[in-house]
Amino acid sequence: MIRSLLGLGIAALAAILLALAMGSVTIPPLGLLEAVQGDGTSLHRTLLWDLRMPRTLSAFATGGLLAVAGALMQILLRNPLADPYVLGLSGGAAVGALLAMLTGLGTLLVSGSAFAGAMLATVLVFGLAHGTGSWTPSRLLLTGVVVAAGWGAVITLMLAITPSHKLPGMLYWLMGDVSYARTPWPPLIILGLSVLFILPLARNLNVLARGPMQAAALGVSVRPLEWTIYVLASLLTATAVTTAGSVGFVGLIVPHMLRLVLGNDQRIILPACALAGGTLLVLADTLARTVIAPEQLPVGVITALLGVPTFLFLLHRSR
Amino acid sequence: MSRLRTRDLVINVPGRPDGYPLNIEIEPGQTWGVLGPNGAGKTTLLHTLAGLLRPRNGQVLLNEQPLKLMKRREIAQHLGLVFQERQDSFPATVLETALIGRHPWLSPWESEQSEDQARARSALAMLDVDHLSDRLLNTLSGGERQRVAIATLMTQDPSVWLLDEPTNHLDLHHQVSVMNLLRDQATAGKAVFMCLHDLNLAARWCSHVLLLYTNGDACWGAVDAMLEPTALEQLYNQRLITVEADGAPVFIPVR
Repeated sequence: MIRSLLGLGIAALAAILLALAMGSVTIPPLGLLEAVQGDGTSLHRTLLWDLRMPRTLSAFATGGLLAVAGALMQILLRNPLADPYVLGLSGGAAVGALLAMLTGLGTLLVSGSAFAGAMLATVLVFGLAHGTGSWTPSRLLLTGVVVAAGWGAVITLMLAITPSHKLPGMLYWLMGDVSYARTPWPPLIILGLSVLFILPLARNLNVLARGPMQAAALGVSVRPLEWTIYVLASLLTATAVTTAGSVGFVGLIVPHMLRLVLGNDQRIILPACALAGGTLLVLADTLARTVIAPEQLPVGVITALLGVPTFLFLLHRSR
Repeated sequence: MSRLRTRDLVINVPGRPDGYPLNIEIEPGQTWGVLGPNGAGKTTLLHTLAGLLRPRNGQVLLNEQPLKLMKRREIAQHLGLVFQERQDSFPATVLETALIGRHPWLSPWESEQSEDQARARSALAMLDVDHLSDRLLNTLSGGERQRVAIATLMTQDPSVWLLDEPTNHLDLHHQVSVMNLLRDQATAGKAVFMCLHDLNLAARWCSHVLLLYTNGDACWGAVDAMLEPTALEQLYNQRLITVEADGAPVFIPVR
Protein backbone atom coordinates (compact mmCIF):
# COMPACT_ATOMS: atom_id res chain seq x y z
CA MET A 1 0.00 0.00 0.00
CA ILE A 2 2.82 2.37 0.93
CA ARG A 3 4.46 1.19 -2.28
CA SER A 4 1.54 2.34 -4.42
CA LEU A 5 1.69 5.80 -2.81
CA LEU A 6 5.44 5.89 -3.49
CA GLY A 7 4.77 4.94 -7.10
CA LEU A 8 2.22 7.74 -7.44
CA GLY A 9 4.69 10.17 -5.87
CA ILE A 10 7.36 9.25 -8.43
CA ALA A 11 4.82 9.59 -11.25
CA ALA A 12 3.86 13.04 -9.93
CA LEU A 13 7.51 14.13 -9.86
CA ALA A 14 8.06 12.83 -13.40
CA ALA A 15 4.97 14.67 -14.66
CA ILE A 16 6.12 17.91 -13.06
CA LEU A 17 9.61 17.58 -14.62
CA LEU A 18 8.04 16.87 -18.01
CA ALA A 19 5.79 19.92 -17.68
CA LEU A 20 8.79 22.09 -16.76
CA ALA A 21 10.81 20.86 -19.74
CA MET A 22 8.14 21.03 -22.43
CA GLY A 23 6.65 24.06 -24.15
CA SER A 24 7.42 26.65 -26.79
CA VAL A 25 11.11 26.18 -25.94
CA THR A 26 12.14 22.71 -24.82
CA ILE A 27 14.58 22.82 -21.93
CA PRO A 28 16.90 19.78 -22.04
CA PRO A 29 17.42 17.83 -18.78
CA LEU A 30 20.84 19.39 -18.24
CA GLY A 31 19.42 22.91 -18.75
CA LEU A 32 16.65 22.10 -16.28
CA LEU A 33 19.21 21.02 -13.69
CA GLU A 34 21.24 24.20 -14.22
CA ALA A 35 18.20 26.45 -14.09
CA VAL A 36 17.01 24.84 -10.85
CA GLN A 37 20.40 25.59 -9.30
CA GLY A 38 20.16 29.19 -10.51
CA ASP A 39 22.73 28.77 -13.34
CA GLY A 40 22.12 28.31 -17.05
CA THR A 41 20.84 30.79 -19.59
CA SER A 42 18.62 33.60 -18.44
CA LEU A 43 15.93 32.44 -20.91
CA HIS A 44 15.80 29.04 -19.22
CA ARG A 45 15.71 30.61 -15.79
CA THR A 46 12.85 32.94 -16.69
CA LEU A 47 10.92 30.15 -18.38
CA LEU A 48 11.38 27.85 -15.41
CA TRP A 49 10.91 30.12 -12.44
CA ASP A 50 8.55 32.81 -13.73
CA LEU A 51 6.36 30.90 -16.15
CA ARG A 52 6.37 27.13 -15.98
CA MET A 53 7.00 26.45 -12.29
CA PRO A 54 4.07 28.53 -10.93
CA ARG A 55 1.75 27.23 -13.60
CA THR A 56 2.75 23.59 -13.16
CA LEU A 57 2.50 23.70 -9.38
CA SER A 58 -0.87 25.47 -9.61
CA ALA A 59 -2.12 22.75 -11.93
CA PHE A 60 -0.85 20.11 -9.51
CA ALA A 61 -2.54 21.76 -6.52
CA THR A 62 -5.83 22.26 -8.40
CA GLY A 63 -5.95 18.65 -9.56
CA GLY A 64 -5.15 17.35 -6.09
CA LEU A 65 -7.73 19.60 -4.43
CA LEU A 66 -10.47 18.58 -6.85
CA ALA A 67 -9.71 14.87 -6.59
CA VAL A 68 -9.66 14.88 -2.77
CA ALA A 69 -12.86 17.00 -2.69
CA GLY A 70 -14.52 14.53 -5.07
CA ALA A 71 -13.47 11.52 -3.00
CA LEU A 72 -14.82 13.17 0.18
CA MET A 73 -18.15 14.07 -1.42
CA GLN A 74 -18.53 10.54 -2.74
CA ILE A 75 -18.17 9.17 0.78
CA LEU A 76 -20.52 11.80 2.20
CA LEU A 77 -23.22 10.99 -0.34
CA ARG A 78 -22.33 7.33 -0.65
CA ASN A 79 -22.55 7.80 -4.37
CA PRO A 80 -19.59 7.36 -6.72
CA LEU A 81 -21.05 9.96 -9.11
CA ALA A 82 -20.73 12.89 -6.71
CA ASP A 83 -18.18 15.54 -7.69
CA PRO A 84 -17.85 19.31 -7.09
CA TYR A 85 -18.65 20.00 -10.73
CA VAL A 86 -21.74 17.75 -10.85
CA LEU A 87 -23.06 19.20 -7.58
CA GLY A 88 -23.01 22.71 -9.01
CA LEU A 89 -20.31 24.10 -6.71
CA SER A 90 -18.10 25.06 -9.66
CA GLY A 91 -21.11 26.76 -11.26
CA GLY A 92 -21.63 28.95 -8.21
CA ALA A 93 -17.97 29.88 -8.22
CA ALA A 94 -18.16 30.72 -11.93
CA VAL A 95 -21.11 33.06 -11.39
CA GLY A 96 -19.19 34.79 -8.60
CA ALA A 97 -16.10 35.19 -10.75
CA LEU A 98 -17.96 36.37 -13.86
CA LEU A 99 -19.88 38.90 -11.83
CA ALA A 100 -16.57 40.35 -10.62
CA MET A 101 -15.16 40.37 -14.16
CA LEU A 102 -18.30 41.96 -15.57
CA THR A 103 -18.13 44.82 -13.10
CA GLY A 104 -14.44 45.22 -13.94
CA LEU A 105 -12.97 44.31 -10.59
CA GLY A 106 -9.32 43.30 -10.20
CA THR A 107 -7.87 39.79 -10.13
CA LEU A 108 -7.86 39.53 -6.38
CA LEU A 109 -11.54 40.40 -6.17
CA VAL A 110 -12.33 37.91 -8.93
CA SER A 111 -10.72 35.22 -6.78
CA GLY A 112 -12.54 36.37 -3.66
CA SER A 113 -15.83 36.51 -5.51
CA ALA A 114 -15.31 33.02 -6.92
CA PHE A 115 -14.60 31.71 -3.44
CA ALA A 116 -17.77 33.33 -2.11
CA GLY A 117 -19.74 31.88 -5.02
CA ALA A 118 -18.48 28.36 -4.33
CA MET A 119 -19.31 28.61 -0.64
CA LEU A 120 -22.76 30.05 -1.43
CA ALA A 121 -23.44 27.22 -3.88
CA THR A 122 -22.44 24.66 -1.25
CA VAL A 123 -24.70 26.15 1.39
CA LEU A 124 -27.53 26.39 -1.13
CA VAL A 125 -27.29 22.79 -2.38
CA PHE A 126 -26.74 21.17 0.99
CA GLY A 127 -29.29 23.43 2.69
CA LEU A 128 -32.01 22.78 0.14
CA ALA A 129 -31.36 19.05 0.06
CA HIS A 130 -31.30 18.90 3.84
CA GLY A 131 -34.83 20.36 3.98
CA THR A 132 -36.92 18.49 6.49
CA GLY A 133 -34.79 15.58 7.49
CA SER A 134 -31.47 13.97 6.82
CA TRP A 135 -29.44 14.16 3.62
CA THR A 136 -30.68 11.42 1.39
CA PRO A 137 -27.89 10.97 -1.12
CA SER A 138 -30.16 10.81 -4.17
CA ARG A 139 -31.97 13.97 -3.11
CA LEU A 140 -28.71 15.81 -2.62
CA LEU A 141 -27.38 14.73 -6.00
CA LEU A 142 -30.61 15.74 -7.71
CA THR A 143 -30.62 19.12 -5.95
CA GLY A 144 -27.03 19.65 -7.06
CA VAL A 145 -27.81 18.82 -10.67
CA VAL A 146 -30.82 21.14 -10.77
CA VAL A 147 -28.97 23.99 -9.07
CA ALA A 148 -26.06 23.47 -11.50
CA ALA A 149 -28.50 23.90 -14.39
CA GLY A 150 -29.66 27.13 -12.75
CA TRP A 151 -26.07 28.42 -12.52
CA GLY A 152 -25.66 27.50 -16.18
CA ALA A 153 -28.60 29.72 -17.12
CA VAL A 154 -27.24 32.63 -15.07
CA ILE A 155 -23.84 32.22 -16.75
CA THR A 156 -25.42 32.28 -20.23
CA LEU A 157 -27.37 35.40 -19.30
CA MET A 158 -24.21 37.13 -18.09
CA LEU A 159 -22.29 36.18 -21.22
CA ALA A 160 -25.15 37.51 -23.35
CA ILE A 161 -25.02 40.98 -21.80
CA THR A 162 -21.21 41.18 -21.60
CA PRO A 163 -19.41 43.58 -23.99
CA SER A 164 -17.54 41.44 -26.50
CA HIS A 165 -14.02 42.56 -25.53
CA LYS A 166 -14.42 41.01 -22.11
CA LEU A 167 -15.67 37.67 -23.44
CA PRO A 168 -12.42 35.73 -24.10
CA GLY A 169 -11.15 36.06 -20.52
CA MET A 170 -14.51 34.93 -19.16
CA LEU A 171 -14.76 31.98 -21.50
CA TYR A 172 -11.28 30.80 -20.60
CA TRP A 173 -12.13 31.07 -16.92
CA LEU A 174 -15.33 29.10 -17.46
CA MET A 175 -13.53 26.28 -19.20
CA GLY A 176 -10.90 26.12 -16.48
CA ASP A 177 -7.46 27.53 -17.14
CA VAL A 178 -4.39 27.49 -14.92
CA SER A 179 -2.59 30.25 -16.87
CA TYR A 180 -4.39 32.81 -14.70
CA ALA A 181 -3.00 31.29 -11.53
CA ARG A 182 -0.71 33.65 -9.64
CA THR A 183 1.15 31.98 -6.81
CA PRO A 184 0.80 28.22 -6.34
CA TRP A 185 1.60 28.22 -2.63
CA PRO A 186 -1.81 28.88 -0.97
CA PRO A 187 -3.58 26.03 -2.80
CA LEU A 188 -0.60 23.69 -2.30
CA ILE A 189 -0.48 24.41 1.43
CA ILE A 190 -4.25 23.96 1.79
CA LEU A 191 -4.01 20.65 -0.07
CA GLY A 192 -1.19 19.39 2.15
CA LEU A 193 -2.80 20.46 5.41
CA SER A 194 -6.19 19.01 4.44
CA VAL A 195 -4.72 15.60 3.65
CA LEU A 196 -2.83 15.60 6.96
CA PHE A 197 -6.00 16.65 8.79
CA ILE A 198 -8.23 14.02 7.20
CA LEU A 199 -5.85 11.04 7.52
CA PRO A 200 -6.64 10.23 11.18
CA LEU A 201 -10.34 10.36 10.25
CA ALA A 202 -9.89 8.09 7.24
CA ARG A 203 -10.89 4.87 8.99
CA ASN A 204 -14.06 6.61 10.19
CA LEU A 205 -14.77 7.44 6.56
CA ASN A 206 -14.36 3.78 5.61
CA VAL A 207 -17.05 2.92 8.12
CA LEU A 208 -19.26 5.83 7.03
CA ALA A 209 -19.15 4.47 3.48
CA ARG A 210 -21.24 1.55 4.83
CA GLY A 211 -24.09 3.88 5.71
CA PRO A 212 -24.72 6.23 8.64
CA MET A 213 -26.58 3.69 10.82
CA GLN A 214 -23.90 1.03 10.47
CA ALA A 215 -21.24 3.67 11.16
CA ALA A 216 -23.03 4.83 14.32
CA ALA A 217 -23.36 1.23 15.48
CA LEU A 218 -19.59 0.85 15.07
CA GLY A 219 -18.82 3.86 17.23
CA VAL A 220 -18.65 6.75 14.75
CA SER A 221 -20.25 10.08 15.74
CA VAL A 222 -21.92 10.46 12.38
CA ARG A 223 -23.26 14.02 12.45
CA PRO A 224 -20.01 15.80 13.43
CA LEU A 225 -18.09 13.68 10.92
CA GLU A 226 -20.52 14.50 8.09
CA TRP A 227 -20.24 18.21 8.84
CA THR A 228 -16.45 18.00 8.89
CA ILE A 229 -16.35 16.33 5.47
CA TYR A 230 -18.86 18.78 4.08
CA VAL A 231 -16.97 21.89 5.23
CA LEU A 232 -13.61 20.48 4.17
CA ALA A 233 -14.84 19.40 0.71
CA SER A 234 -16.38 22.85 0.16
CA LEU A 235 -13.17 24.58 1.19
CA LEU A 236 -11.08 22.38 -1.12
CA THR A 237 -13.45 22.98 -4.03
CA ALA A 238 -13.58 26.72 -3.46
CA THR A 239 -9.77 26.88 -3.33
CA ALA A 240 -9.43 24.86 -6.54
CA VAL A 241 -12.01 26.89 -8.44
CA THR A 242 -10.45 30.12 -7.25
CA THR A 243 -7.06 28.97 -8.54
CA ALA A 244 -8.01 27.70 -11.98
CA GLY A 245 -11.66 28.35 -12.81
CA SER A 246 -14.10 25.52 -13.27
CA VAL A 247 -12.10 22.47 -14.26
CA GLY A 248 -14.54 19.59 -14.46
CA PHE A 249 -14.50 15.87 -13.83
CA VAL A 250 -11.13 15.50 -12.07
CA GLY A 251 -13.03 14.84 -8.84
CA LEU A 252 -14.96 12.13 -10.60
CA ILE A 253 -12.43 10.19 -12.65
CA VAL A 254 -9.45 10.20 -10.31
CA PRO A 255 -11.10 8.68 -7.19
CA HIS A 256 -12.97 6.20 -9.36
CA MET A 257 -9.87 4.95 -11.18
CA LEU A 258 -7.94 4.71 -7.92
CA ARG A 259 -10.72 2.72 -6.26
CA LEU A 260 -10.67 0.26 -9.13
CA VAL A 261 -6.95 -0.34 -8.62
CA LEU A 262 -6.38 0.19 -4.88
CA GLY A 263 -9.72 -0.72 -3.29
CA ASN A 264 -11.73 1.64 -1.13
CA ASP A 265 -9.58 2.22 1.94
CA GLN A 266 -9.65 6.00 2.46
CA ARG A 267 -6.30 5.91 4.28
CA ILE A 268 -4.76 5.10 0.90
CA ILE A 269 -7.32 6.66 -1.45
CA LEU A 270 -7.20 10.20 -0.04
CA PRO A 271 -3.42 10.76 -0.29
CA ALA A 272 -3.43 8.84 -3.57
CA CYS A 273 -6.12 11.23 -4.88
CA ALA A 274 -3.96 14.23 -4.00
CA LEU A 275 -1.01 12.78 -5.94
CA ALA A 276 -2.88 11.30 -8.90
CA GLY A 277 -5.25 14.26 -9.29
CA GLY A 278 -2.27 16.60 -9.34
CA THR A 279 -0.43 14.41 -11.85
CA LEU A 280 -3.45 14.21 -14.14
CA LEU A 281 -3.94 17.96 -14.24
CA VAL A 282 -0.21 18.65 -14.77
CA LEU A 283 -0.21 16.28 -17.75
CA ALA A 284 -3.50 17.67 -19.08
CA ASP A 285 -2.16 21.22 -18.82
CA THR A 286 1.10 20.27 -20.56
CA LEU A 287 -1.01 18.78 -23.35
CA ALA A 288 -3.16 21.92 -23.43
CA ARG A 289 -0.06 24.10 -23.80
CA THR A 290 1.66 22.04 -26.48
CA VAL A 291 -0.96 20.34 -28.65
CA ILE A 292 -1.70 23.35 -30.88
CA ALA A 293 1.28 25.51 -29.80
CA PRO A 294 1.78 28.44 -29.86
CA GLU A 295 -1.98 28.60 -29.22
CA GLN A 296 -3.06 27.30 -25.78
CA LEU A 297 -6.15 25.34 -24.87
CA PRO A 298 -7.90 25.74 -21.52
CA VAL A 299 -7.08 22.65 -19.45
CA GLY A 300 -10.77 22.15 -18.64
CA VAL A 301 -11.36 21.11 -22.26
CA ILE A 302 -8.90 18.24 -21.90
CA THR A 303 -10.32 17.02 -18.57
CA ALA A 304 -13.90 17.25 -19.87
CA LEU A 305 -12.96 15.24 -22.96
CA LEU A 306 -11.60 12.57 -20.61
CA GLY A 307 -14.33 12.99 -17.99
CA VAL A 308 -17.52 12.78 -20.01
CA PRO A 309 -16.89 9.26 -21.37
CA THR A 310 -15.77 8.13 -17.89
CA PHE A 311 -18.94 9.47 -16.30
CA LEU A 312 -21.14 7.77 -18.90
CA PHE A 313 -19.24 4.52 -18.49
CA LEU A 314 -19.71 4.68 -14.71
CA LEU A 315 -23.41 5.38 -15.06
CA HIS A 316 -23.76 2.55 -17.55
CA ARG A 317 -21.98 0.09 -15.26
CA SER A 318 -23.94 1.04 -12.14
CA ARG A 319 -27.22 0.22 -13.97
CA MET B 1 -19.91 -8.92 30.52
CA SER B 2 -22.56 -6.24 30.19
CA ARG B 3 -26.25 -6.02 30.83
CA LEU B 4 -28.81 -3.94 29.04
CA ARG B 5 -31.88 -2.67 30.85
CA THR B 6 -34.79 -0.47 29.89
CA ARG B 7 -36.62 1.80 32.29
CA ASP B 8 -40.24 2.61 31.32
CA LEU B 9 -39.15 2.58 27.68
CA VAL B 10 -41.68 3.66 25.04
CA ILE B 11 -40.35 3.34 21.52
CA ASN B 12 -41.25 6.02 19.04
CA VAL B 13 -43.45 4.47 16.36
CA PRO B 14 -45.08 7.45 14.60
CA GLY B 15 -48.85 7.71 15.04
CA ARG B 16 -49.15 4.97 17.64
CA PRO B 17 -50.31 5.33 21.27
CA ASP B 18 -47.64 4.74 23.90
CA GLY B 19 -48.87 1.26 24.77
CA TYR B 20 -47.21 -0.67 27.53
CA PRO B 21 -43.80 0.70 28.68
CA LEU B 22 -40.97 -1.81 28.58
CA ASN B 23 -38.98 -2.72 31.67
CA ILE B 24 -36.80 -5.53 30.42
CA GLU B 25 -33.45 -6.73 31.71
CA ILE B 26 -31.18 -8.46 29.24
CA GLU B 27 -28.57 -10.34 31.26
CA PRO B 28 -25.40 -12.18 30.25
CA GLY B 29 -26.25 -15.77 29.37
CA GLN B 30 -29.74 -14.99 28.09
CA THR B 31 -30.98 -15.37 24.54
CA TRP B 32 -33.97 -13.17 23.81
CA GLY B 33 -36.32 -13.46 20.87
CA VAL B 34 -38.63 -10.59 19.92
CA LEU B 35 -41.78 -11.76 18.16
CA GLY B 36 -44.46 -9.66 16.56
CA PRO B 37 -46.31 -9.02 13.32
CA ASN B 38 -45.02 -6.72 10.56
CA GLY B 39 -44.95 -3.10 11.69
CA ALA B 40 -45.11 -3.89 15.41
CA GLY B 41 -41.86 -1.95 15.94
CA LYS B 42 -39.35 -4.77 16.33
CA THR B 43 -36.66 -2.99 14.31
CA THR B 44 -37.48 0.34 15.98
CA LEU B 45 -37.04 -1.34 19.37
CA LEU B 46 -33.69 -2.79 18.34
CA HIS B 47 -32.42 0.56 17.05
CA THR B 48 -33.65 2.30 20.22
CA LEU B 49 -31.82 -0.26 22.37
CA ALA B 50 -28.66 0.48 20.38
CA GLY B 51 -29.08 4.21 20.97
CA LEU B 52 -29.59 4.92 17.26
CA LEU B 53 -33.15 6.18 17.73
CA ARG B 54 -34.52 8.35 20.50
CA PRO B 55 -37.21 6.74 22.61
CA ARG B 56 -40.48 8.63 23.10
CA ASN B 57 -40.19 8.03 26.82
CA GLY B 58 -38.01 6.31 29.37
CA GLN B 59 -34.42 5.28 28.92
CA VAL B 60 -32.02 2.52 28.01
CA LEU B 61 -29.28 1.67 30.50
CA LEU B 62 -26.08 -0.12 29.58
CA ASN B 63 -24.41 -1.37 32.75
CA GLU B 64 -26.67 1.02 34.72
CA GLN B 65 -25.43 4.01 32.69
CA PRO B 66 -27.95 5.87 30.49
CA LEU B 67 -27.09 5.20 26.84
CA LYS B 68 -27.68 8.78 25.78
CA LEU B 69 -24.90 10.00 28.08
CA MET B 70 -22.35 7.62 26.57
CA LYS B 71 -20.06 8.23 23.58
CA ARG B 72 -20.81 6.21 20.44
CA ARG B 73 -17.36 4.63 20.54
CA GLU B 74 -17.83 3.53 24.15
CA ILE B 75 -21.25 2.07 23.33
CA ALA B 76 -19.80 0.20 20.36
CA GLN B 77 -17.25 -1.50 22.61
CA HIS B 78 -20.09 -3.06 24.63
CA LEU B 79 -22.95 -3.36 22.22
CA GLY B 80 -23.20 -4.36 18.56
CA LEU B 81 -26.00 -4.64 16.05
CA VAL B 82 -26.65 -6.64 12.90
CA PHE B 83 -28.98 -4.66 10.65
CA GLN B 84 -31.73 -6.15 8.57
CA GLU B 85 -30.73 -4.10 5.56
CA ARG B 86 -27.24 -3.07 4.55
CA GLN B 87 -25.90 -0.55 2.08
CA ASP B 88 -23.01 -1.31 -0.15
CA SER B 89 -22.51 1.70 -2.38
CA PHE B 90 -18.80 1.00 -2.76
CA PRO B 91 -17.20 -2.34 -3.56
CA ALA B 92 -15.59 -4.03 -0.55
CA THR B 93 -14.24 -7.50 0.05
CA VAL B 94 -15.62 -9.92 2.66
CA LEU B 95 -12.46 -9.67 4.78
CA GLU B 96 -12.50 -5.84 4.71
CA THR B 97 -16.13 -5.95 5.77
CA ALA B 98 -15.45 -8.21 8.74
CA LEU B 99 -12.45 -6.07 9.72
CA ILE B 100 -14.54 -2.91 10.18
CA GLY B 101 -15.81 -4.68 13.29
CA ARG B 102 -12.48 -3.72 14.88
CA HIS B 103 -13.17 -0.02 14.35
CA PRO B 104 -14.40 0.79 17.88
CA TRP B 105 -11.27 -0.79 19.35
CA LEU B 106 -8.65 1.12 17.35
CA SER B 107 -7.44 4.67 17.99
CA PRO B 108 -7.35 7.14 15.06
CA TRP B 109 -3.70 6.55 14.11
CA GLU B 110 -3.78 2.79 14.63
CA SER B 111 -4.32 0.40 11.79
CA GLU B 112 -5.51 -3.19 11.95
CA GLN B 113 -2.78 -5.51 13.23
CA SER B 114 -2.32 -9.20 12.54
CA GLU B 115 -4.30 -9.93 15.70
CA ASP B 116 -7.31 -8.08 14.29
CA GLN B 117 -6.89 -9.94 11.01
CA ALA B 118 -6.85 -13.23 12.92
CA ARG B 119 -10.06 -12.34 14.76
CA ALA B 120 -11.80 -11.45 11.51
CA ARG B 121 -10.63 -14.64 9.81
CA SER B 122 -11.74 -16.86 12.67
CA ALA B 123 -15.15 -15.13 12.76
CA LEU B 124 -15.55 -15.72 9.02
CA ALA B 125 -14.59 -19.37 9.55
CA MET B 126 -17.18 -19.74 12.35
CA LEU B 127 -19.85 -18.58 9.93
CA ASP B 128 -18.59 -20.76 7.13
CA VAL B 129 -17.72 -17.89 4.79
CA ASP B 130 -13.92 -17.94 5.15
CA HIS B 131 -13.54 -19.37 1.65
CA LEU B 132 -15.12 -16.11 0.36
CA SER B 133 -12.60 -13.77 2.10
CA ASP B 134 -11.35 -12.10 -1.06
CA ARG B 135 -14.68 -11.96 -2.89
CA LEU B 136 -16.51 -8.65 -3.32
CA LEU B 137 -19.56 -8.34 -1.11
CA ASN B 138 -21.92 -7.46 -3.97
CA THR B 139 -21.13 -10.73 -5.73
CA LEU B 140 -22.42 -12.85 -2.81
CA SER B 141 -25.86 -14.35 -2.28
CA GLY B 142 -28.25 -12.92 0.32
CA GLY B 143 -27.57 -15.72 2.79
CA GLU B 144 -23.80 -15.38 2.42
CA ARG B 145 -24.01 -11.64 3.02
CA GLN B 146 -26.13 -12.26 6.11
CA ARG B 147 -23.42 -14.54 7.47
CA VAL B 148 -20.73 -11.95 6.69
CA ALA B 149 -22.76 -9.38 8.67
CA ILE B 150 -22.91 -11.73 11.66
CA ALA B 151 -19.18 -12.39 11.30
CA THR B 152 -18.60 -8.62 11.42
CA LEU B 153 -20.49 -8.45 14.74
CA MET B 154 -18.43 -11.38 15.97
CA THR B 155 -15.22 -9.54 15.03
CA GLN B 156 -16.50 -6.50 16.91
CA ASP B 157 -16.95 -8.82 19.91
CA PRO B 158 -19.31 -6.73 22.06
CA SER B 159 -20.90 -8.29 25.12
CA VAL B 160 -24.45 -7.33 24.11
CA TRP B 161 -25.49 -8.67 20.70
CA LEU B 162 -28.53 -7.18 18.98
CA LEU B 163 -29.62 -8.87 15.77
CA ASP B 164 -32.42 -7.97 13.38
CA GLU B 165 -33.71 -11.24 11.91
CA PRO B 166 -30.36 -13.01 11.86
CA THR B 167 -31.79 -16.03 10.03
CA ASN B 168 -33.06 -13.99 7.05
CA HIS B 169 -32.06 -15.53 3.70
CA LEU B 170 -30.37 -18.49 5.43
CA ASP B 171 -30.94 -22.08 4.31
CA LEU B 172 -32.08 -24.60 6.93
CA HIS B 173 -28.60 -25.84 7.75
CA HIS B 174 -27.22 -22.35 8.25
CA GLN B 175 -30.30 -21.28 10.25
CA VAL B 176 -29.52 -24.04 12.69
CA SER B 177 -25.80 -23.32 12.83
CA VAL B 178 -26.35 -19.58 13.33
CA MET B 179 -28.89 -20.19 16.11
CA ASN B 180 -26.48 -22.66 17.75
CA LEU B 181 -23.67 -20.15 17.48
CA LEU B 182 -25.80 -17.42 19.09
CA ARG B 183 -26.79 -19.74 21.92
CA ASP B 184 -23.15 -20.76 22.46
CA GLN B 185 -22.19 -17.09 22.62
CA ALA B 186 -24.86 -16.53 25.27
CA THR B 187 -23.60 -19.53 27.22
CA ALA B 188 -20.13 -17.99 27.09
CA GLY B 189 -21.48 -14.83 28.77
CA LYS B 190 -22.89 -12.65 26.01
CA ALA B 191 -26.39 -11.21 26.15
CA VAL B 192 -28.21 -11.92 22.88
CA PHE B 193 -31.35 -10.09 21.80
CA MET B 194 -32.84 -10.70 18.36
CA CYS B 195 -35.94 -10.10 16.29
CA LEU B 196 -37.31 -13.29 14.79
CA HIS B 197 -40.10 -14.14 12.42
CA ASP B 198 -40.01 -17.85 13.03
CA LEU B 199 -41.85 -18.89 16.20
CA ASN B 200 -40.26 -22.30 16.09
CA LEU B 201 -36.72 -20.94 16.14
CA ALA B 202 -37.66 -18.86 19.19
CA ALA B 203 -39.25 -21.88 20.87
CA ARG B 204 -36.16 -24.04 20.40
CA TRP B 205 -33.29 -21.61 20.94
CA CYS B 206 -34.41 -18.66 23.03
CA SER B 207 -34.40 -18.50 26.82
CA HIS B 208 -36.64 -15.41 26.90
CA VAL B 209 -39.29 -14.01 24.62
CA LEU B 210 -40.79 -10.54 24.14
CA LEU B 211 -44.11 -10.32 22.35
CA LEU B 212 -44.68 -6.98 20.66
CA TYR B 213 -48.23 -6.13 19.54
CA THR B 214 -49.18 -3.72 16.76
CA ASN B 215 -50.99 -1.42 19.22
CA GLY B 216 -47.87 -1.02 21.36
CA ASP B 217 -48.79 -3.58 24.00
CA ALA B 218 -46.04 -5.95 25.04
CA CYS B 219 -45.35 -8.83 27.37
CA TRP B 220 -42.15 -10.69 28.13
CA GLY B 221 -40.69 -13.47 30.21
CA ALA B 222 -39.11 -16.92 30.12
CA VAL B 223 -39.80 -18.81 26.92
CA ASP B 224 -41.92 -21.61 28.43
CA ALA B 225 -44.34 -19.16 29.99
CA MET B 226 -44.65 -16.93 26.96
CA LEU B 227 -45.34 -19.32 24.09
CA GLU B 228 -49.03 -19.81 24.87
CA PRO B 229 -50.91 -20.72 21.68
CA THR B 230 -53.79 -18.34 22.46
CA ALA B 231 -51.43 -15.40 23.05
CA LEU B 232 -49.55 -16.19 19.85
CA GLU B 233 -52.78 -16.53 17.84
CA GLN B 234 -53.79 -13.09 19.03
CA LEU B 235 -50.33 -11.69 18.30
CA TYR B 236 -50.28 -12.77 14.68
CA ASN B 237 -54.07 -12.78 14.16
CA GLN B 238 -53.64 -16.31 12.84
CA ARG B 239 -54.96 -19.67 14.06
CA LEU B 240 -52.21 -22.11 15.00
CA ILE B 241 -51.85 -25.85 15.44
CA THR B 242 -49.41 -26.84 18.18
CA VAL B 243 -47.57 -30.14 18.13
CA GLU B 244 -44.57 -31.27 20.09
CA ALA B 245 -41.34 -32.41 18.50
CA ASP B 246 -37.74 -32.75 19.69
CA GLY B 247 -38.73 -31.57 23.16
CA ALA B 248 -40.16 -28.20 22.08
CA PRO B 249 -43.55 -26.99 20.85
CA VAL B 250 -43.87 -26.57 17.10
CA PHE B 251 -46.42 -24.07 15.79
CA ILE B 252 -47.99 -24.54 12.40
CA PRO B 253 -50.38 -21.97 10.91
CA VAL B 254 -53.86 -23.27 10.01
CA ARG B 255 -54.55 -23.09 6.29
